[in-house]
Amino acid sequence: MSRLGRVLLGSLIPIVVLVIYAFATRSGLDPYYPSMASISSRFSELWLFERVGSDVWPSMRNLAFGYLVAIAVGVPVGLLLGMVVWLHDLLAPLIDFARSVPAIIFIPPLILVLGIGDVSKVLIIALGAGFPLLITTIDGVRKTDRALLDVARAIRLSRRRTIWNIVLPGAAPSIMGGAQTGLQVGFFLLIASEMVGASSGIGYLMMRAQASFDSPTLWAGIVLLSLMGFVLNLLFLAVRNRIIHWHLAMRAVSGSR
Amino acid sequence: MNDLRQPRLVMEAGSKTYYSRNASKEVLAGIDLTVHASEFLSIVGPSGAGKTTLLRCLSGLMPLSSGRIILDGEVLTEPSPVVSVVFQEYSRSLMPWMTVADNVALPLRGRKVPRASVKARVGEVLESVGLSGTERQHPWQLSGGMQQRVAIARALVTQPEVLFMDEPFASVDAQTRLDLEDLTRRLQQERQMSVVLITHDIDEAIYLSDRVVVLSKEPATVREIIENDLGAVRDQISTRELPAFMERRSHVLGLIREIQHAKAVPAELSTSSS
Repeated sequence: MSRLGRVLLGSLIPIVVLVIYAFATRSGLDPYYPSMASISSRFSELWLFERVGSDVWPSMRNLAFGYLVAIAVGVPVGLLLGMVVWLHDLLAPLIDFARSVPAIIFIPPLILVLGIGDVSKVLIIALGAGFPLLITTIDGVRKTDRALLDVARAIRLSRRRTIWNIVLPGAAPSIMGGAQTGLQVGFFLLIASEMVGASSGIGYLMMRAQASFDSPTLWAGIVLLSLMGFVLNLLFLAVRNRIIHWHLAMRAVSGSR
Repeated sequence: MNDLRQPRLVMEAGSKTYYSRNASKEVLAGIDLTVHASEFLSIVGPSGAGKTTLLRCLSGLMPLSSGRIILDGEVLTEPSPVVSVVFQEYSRSLMPWMTVADNVALPLRGRKVPRASVKARVGEVLESVGLSGTERQHPWQLSGGMQQRVAIARALVTQPEVLFMDEPFASVDAQTRLDLEDLTRRLQQERQMSVVLITHDIDEAIYLSDRVVVLSKEPATVREIIENDLGAVRDQISTRELPAFMERRSHVLGLIREIQHAKAVPAELSTSSS
C-alpha cells in the first residue's frame, strides 16, 4: 500500500471517533462532555499561545533536562556495569529490585525533601527515564559479539576505541529501545509530578480545572498532552533513525531475503 | 633449499590445556612449528583437532599453557602489529554500522597514519581484492564472498608480514571459493607475506600451500609436515591434475582417515564392542 494510503487508513478510526464525539455532544449541555466547539475555543485560548510561556515551556524544559541527565548517567553507568563483571554482579540485584518499583512513588518523598520546584521534577524524570536506559545499555553491552571483540584485539584497537567504535554502536539498537521507553516514562512522570505538587504546568492546570468542574479546560489539556506525546515520539524516532539507520536498513535487507 | 628459508614465526613446544570447574582438556600438546618468511602454510586436521585454538595461540590472541612463540626473534605475548587475522565468519567479523571503507580503515585508527594516506591505503587494498567502488556501502549490502573480501582487505591494510586465516572460505559457495583461493594465493605472492591457512579442505590446502601441516587430534600434535612444491603459479584446473597433487591429496586423506579411525575406536572399548 502507498504511503498516502497507509496514512489515510490509519487516520480512519480517530476521525470516526471524533465525528461520533462531535455528533453526540453537539447540544453542548452535558457538563462532563463539552462540545467540540467549546473544547477547541478553550484550547486556543489557553494553548495558542497564552499559557505556553508560563505552563508548557517550563514543563518541556524540565523534561529535557531530566531526560538529558538520564542519558548522561544511564548510558555511561550501563556501559561500566556491562563491561565490569564484578560490578554488575554487585549491583544487579539492586537494579532488579529498583526496576520493579514504579518511579511514581518517589514523587511524594522527593517533593517533601526538595519542594515543588523544578529540581524535584527534573530528578524524578531523570530517575524514571534513567532506569530503562541503564538496563538496556547493560543488556546491549553484555551482548556484544565476542567475535567482534576478537577482531578488536587482533587489530590492536585501544580500549577507548573498542568502546567507541565497537561496543557502543553494537549496543545502540538496544539502548534506543530504552531511550524510547525512558522518554515515555519521563513524559508521564512530568505530568504526574505536576498533578501532585506544582504551582504551574499543564498537569497542575488540569487538576485545578477538575477541582472546579471546568471540563472544557480539562479536555483541552488532554488534547494538548496527547498531541505533545505524539510529537515527542515522532521527534524521537527521527533522531533514532539517524543514529541507528544501519540497523534498520540491515533488518530491512535481511527481512526481504 | 632449507638454508634459503628464513624462520619468521616459531612455536616451540606449544601446549594448551582448557580448564573448567572439574575437568581439564588438553587441546595442543608440544607443537613445534615454524612459519617461514613468505611461505604459504596450511594446517589441516580432522574436525575437533584444535586447529582454531592453534591459530588463536599462534596469532597471540590466546596465551599458551606452556611453550612459547617467537616472532622475528622476540617472544610473542599479544597480537603483533605485523600480524593480521582473517576470521571464519565474515558476517560476524565486520562492523555492520560502518561502511566498507571504515571497516577496512579500522586497524589504522590509532596507528598515527595521516588521514590522506589512510584513504589511499584503503583504496589500494580494496582495489587489490577487487572491491573498488564499494567504499561507501555497508557490509550487509554485499554478497558473502564480497564480505570476506572486505575482511581480507582489512587484514591487508596494515601491510602484515604474517596473515592468519581461519577457515576463511567455509561459508561461501563453490565458485566464490575458488575465486577467493586464487585471490589469496595471488596476494601472498605479490606481497611476499607468510600466510597460515587453517582449513578442513584438503584439496584447498594442497592447491594453495608450499607446505601442509597435518594435525592429529585429542590432543593435537604435528603428525606430518608435507613439502608441497607445485610451483609458484597455481591454476585451478592444471595444478589439480598434476600427479604430485593427486598423490599428496591421497596421502593426506589417508593420514586423516587413520587419525580419525584411531580415535573413533579407543583401545579399551574396541575389545568389548567387537
